Amino acid sequence: MAHTAHSPALVHQFETKEQQHDAGSLGMWVFLVTEIMFFGGVFMAYIVYRALHLDAFIAGSHLLNVTFGATNTAVLICSSLTMAMAIHSAQTGKSRGTIVTYLILTMLLGIAFLAIKFTFEWHHDWVEGLVPGLHFTYSGPHAPGVQLFFCFYFFMTGLHALHMFIGLGLLTTLTVMAHRGRFNSEYFAPLEVSGLYWHFVDIVWIFLFPLLYLIGRHWGGGH
Amino acid sequence: MSEHDQNTGGHAGDHIVPVTTYIAVFIGLLVLTGLTTEVAYIDLGRTAVGRGHEIDWNTVAALAIAVVKMLLVVLFFMHVKYSPKLTKLVVVAGFFWLAIMVSLTLSDVLTRGWTDTSLPWSVLLPFLRPLLF
Repeated sequence: MAHTAHSPALVHQFETKEQQHDAGSLGMWVFLVTEIMFFGGVFMAYIVYRALHLDAFIAGSHLLNVTFGATNTAVLICSSLTMAMAIHSAQTGKSRGTIVTYLILTMLLGIAFLAIKFTFEWHHDWVEGLVPGLHFTYSGPHAPGVQLFFCFYFFMTGLHALHMFIGLGLLTTLTVMAHRGRFNSEYFAPLEVSGLYWHFVDIVWIFLFPLLYLIGRHWGGGH
Repeated sequence: MSEHDQNTGGHAGDHIVPVTTYIAVFIGLLVLTGLTTEVAYIDLGRTAVGRGHEIDWNTVAALAIAVVKMLLVVLFFMHVKYSPKLTKLVVVAGFFWLAIMVSLTLSDVLTRGWTDTSLPWSVLLPFLRPLLF
């Protein structure tokens, strides 16, 4: 097993750098598949209860602000681009400053998403009395079903926000590693697998946005 | 590895996605976000499919656009297009198992009113009653 010209980035159990890279991505995807089923269960419950309380869920959806939802979708898409560019910078041997810049941009966009979510949306929901269990004063049509909708809304967006915080933690670590010059065209596995995670969280939002904010929108306020 | 050997085969470790591809995917995702938001306010109508169910074409459109956006992210940002077959298989298997959960659950929930489960008993009741009471 004597490897001549053994690359320092290649750990001993792998034959080639490609095999090492593919094994890392595969492992991350196995984890992401469990995440698909994890979020899938919540989406499934949402679909079933929406089918059972259609009018109430549409009424609840109309209490959300589409502009904030769409803006946040765009913010996350921008952050996915900067994340992909951070990996691209490492792959193509760009300077550590370039990688750090893209990572910090990604973090800022992630923070912008959470800022819009909490300060504009959740805060507004609290003021309007749309928080089940803590401050729910909505007394319009289908009030019990609307309360159920907001249980789902806060659980789903909360679970997504939790994943965003974990992603920001990963990005902080990556930024420090990049600043110390750990990444180059030979070694960027932490960037690659964290990028997979970040894009996955983006995909969750790509489905949350239409499901929570958009569908049933054309039926008008009361349906 | 340098930025010049982009075409060294199917290995993601080797493959560097061109920046132009990322930009194109990014613009595509933004356009689709705008599209899905605009389409949500246009009534695309509904089609009755019997047994009290109807297809809401706005929901179909919103989910179809979301699936296209997901495919763009998975294939290009997540490099699955350039990944080995084993990785592709794992990704497809993940979504396939999700589809099993959704389809089997809905085949229960959406069809609960289709059969009158009380019927056999109500038919038998006149005959059973003298025997039971």
